[in-house]
Amino acid sequence: MKKLDTPQELDAWRESCKNELDHDRLRLRVCDGTGCRALGSQHVLTALRQAVNGNNVEIMTTGCPGFCEQGPLVTVDPQQIAYQQVTTKHVHKIISDTLGKGEVISELLYVDPSNGQPVTTESELPYYKSQMRRVTDLNGQIDPHQIEHYIAHKGYMALSKALYDMSPDGIIEEVIRSQLRGRGGAGFPTGVKWKFCRQSPGDEKYVICNADEGNPGAFTDRSLLEANPHRIIEGMIIGARGIGATEGFIYIRSEYPLAIENLNIALNQAREHGLLGKNILGSGFDFNIQLRLGAGAFVCGEETALMASIEGKPGEPRPRPPFPAQEGLWGKPSNINNVKSWASIPSIIANGAEWFAGVGTEKSKGTAMFSMVGKINNPGVVEVPIGISLRELIFDAGGGIPDGKSFKAVQFGGPLGGCIPAQYLDTPIDYESLTDLGATMGSGGLVVADESTCMVDLARYFMNFTQEESCGQCIPCRWGTKVMLDILTRICNGQGEKGDIETLEQLANTVKTASLCGLGQAAPNPVLSSLRHFRDEYEAHVYDKRCPSKVCWK
Amino acid sequence: MNHFSIQNIRTILNKHKDNKTPLLAVMEELQSYYGYLPREMLIMVSERLDVPLSQVHSVATFYHGFSLHPQGEHVIQACTGTACHVRGGIHVLDHLKTKLNIQAGETTSDLEYTLETINCLGACAVGPTVVTDGKYEGHMTTSKIDHLLEKIEQES
Repeated sequence: MKKLDTPQELDAWRESCKNELDHDRLRLRVCDGTGCRALGSQHVLTALRQAVNGNNVEIMTTGCPGFCEQGPLVTVDPQQIAYQQVTTKHVHKIISDTLGKGEVISELLYVDPSNGQPVTTESELPYYKSQMRRVTDLNGQIDPHQIEHYIAHKGYMALSKALYDMSPDGIIEEVIRSQLRGRGGAGFPTGVKWKFCRQSPGDEKYVICNADEGNPGAFTDRSLLEANPHRIIEGMIIGARGIGATEGFIYIRSEYPLAIENLNIALNQAREHGLLGKNILGSGFDFNIQLRLGAGAFVCGEETALMASIEGKPGEPRPRPPFPAQEGLWGKPSNINNVKSWASIPSIIANGAEWFAGVGTEKSKGTAMFSMVGKINNPGVVEVPIGISLRELIFDAGGGIPDGKSFKAVQFGGPLGGCIPAQYLDTPIDYESLTDLGATMGSGGLVVADESTCMVDLARYFMNFTQEESCGQCIPCRWGTKVMLDILTRICNGQGEKGDIETLEQLANTVKTASLCGLGQAAPNPVLSSLRHFRDEYEAHVYDKRCPSKVCWK
Repeated sequence: MNHFSIQNIRTILNKHKDNKTPLLAVMEELQSYYGYLPREMLIMVSERLDVPLSQVHSVATFYHGFSLHPQGEHVIQACTGTACHVRGGIHVLDHLKTKLNIQAGETTSDLEYTLETINCLGACAVGPTVVTDGKYEGHMTTSKIDHLLEKIEQES
């Protein structure tokens, strides 16, 4: 394939890609994401390939559409018949009955727990129906290894527009007007951050994608990286053009081997086609992206630690200011955004800021991705408009709580976030409302707790995590988290003493105020928020030597 | 000690020649090639990259992904992420410890198995998750662990 030199060549290529992606064709779409792989999708794939050998059926491997609990997922096109929990023993039946006779195999359909009715097609699944998929619309619909699929779905059209029809300042203005806020958790306006970096003096600037999704229980970034890596790459090139950066880095955790593989393939394809590298699309703009692998340190999700790690040092954070926009990677102005922020850019440029800001709340625009795990019927990844209620998220998309148990709380933002109890189920999900309740949007990881989850044990679990992951540089974090963990462990072992709760509270506030970086400043959040909403559970452990959820000291 | 060859280092360094600060990437390659960071290789890396050995050592001990000791033939990783935790991942880990008679982070004396914990693999919806030699297994239970270990024994 020769390099694309003009936007017209890209348009012409798109037309031919569209023609090849015949929508009426018999096709089996098989999810090959990490979740489905763990449930055996590769065996199913091998068996399907052998079985259809020679027949006029296309087998497309896709990334993760998010409906992980029901995997391995196989969808039959053009009817979009959605089969769940497919194993190798179902393969011949799918070929003979569905492909051969057009019959639907009822045992492989999803049964809606609310009414007991089977659901036949993908678009009718309640899981997808309650979502608004703007960033994830192609997840599960395209093969992430085929750049042609992304191109056919208007891929790199926004880049072409940004390079030829917009000025760098115009790009930044558009992102500012969209009111996109950083999806990594802090919620800082993305466009404003870009503007700071653009205005910073210096010839050499960097853009960085933070794909170090270390929050245990969050996997929104993983699903995007695996299912549609080109969208992230396109967003980064557009951002680099706006900011004036010539080099980009994607820092990705090594625990995501499939995402790394798919990203590498996508980066090479983009380079081969002249969408990355020298003279992108003939515009004269040069920009390249390198992949950097994390080595298993949670603190590297913090931006200054991440940059230290790219520089080949231990990932220890440093005080800010100076902010990365002033002095970042190797001391040069740098701009870091989360995977989901970068992936939001192409559609903002293609459809305009008004389109993006058309959904959401007054201060939080657009859609947000959440991964839901824990005591929930449909764990997986969803994308919903910001501002919907917790109830809609957990009971509509998430399918409610399993085994007839009652909802107790949801933990937002993992070990650095906080919990929200049942009485706030009708709270709209946006940055401000969650912060008011002592939680945070975080990077979109939700853990659902039911009546059988002990909130003190959950707080202890998170404290154990942050204590282990503290880099040890500053004392409040290094020692504070250790002493807090010791107290929590004692409480969970039935050895809590009078005064423990008060000491915990005091320590939590000290660690929060005095720690150097975001990890230490947020590490006490799970304790503080569970104390705020579930103080009675702590008191039952300490004074009555009783765990109300029957989890501790069994 | 032909295994720890200068040639290996050259090949790896060459792969990262465009990287301004290749230390971490080179060490990741070594970790993945040898399963740990052999002392001999770290000394060579320090010399070749002109980075003090103390700095190499500080990087090697900072990141959980590095090990200074040889790994077992089979590496078993139990996910201890939140989702796996609330689904009873701790019982799976405890069972692995009992069966292999080692703690997490240790290797059996016959160098057959290494047991590690890992912070969330992003396969949360199918937890508890265990990875054996790079292969993901979802919905793990103690009896599935027994089955898995038997299978590894039979195959090796």
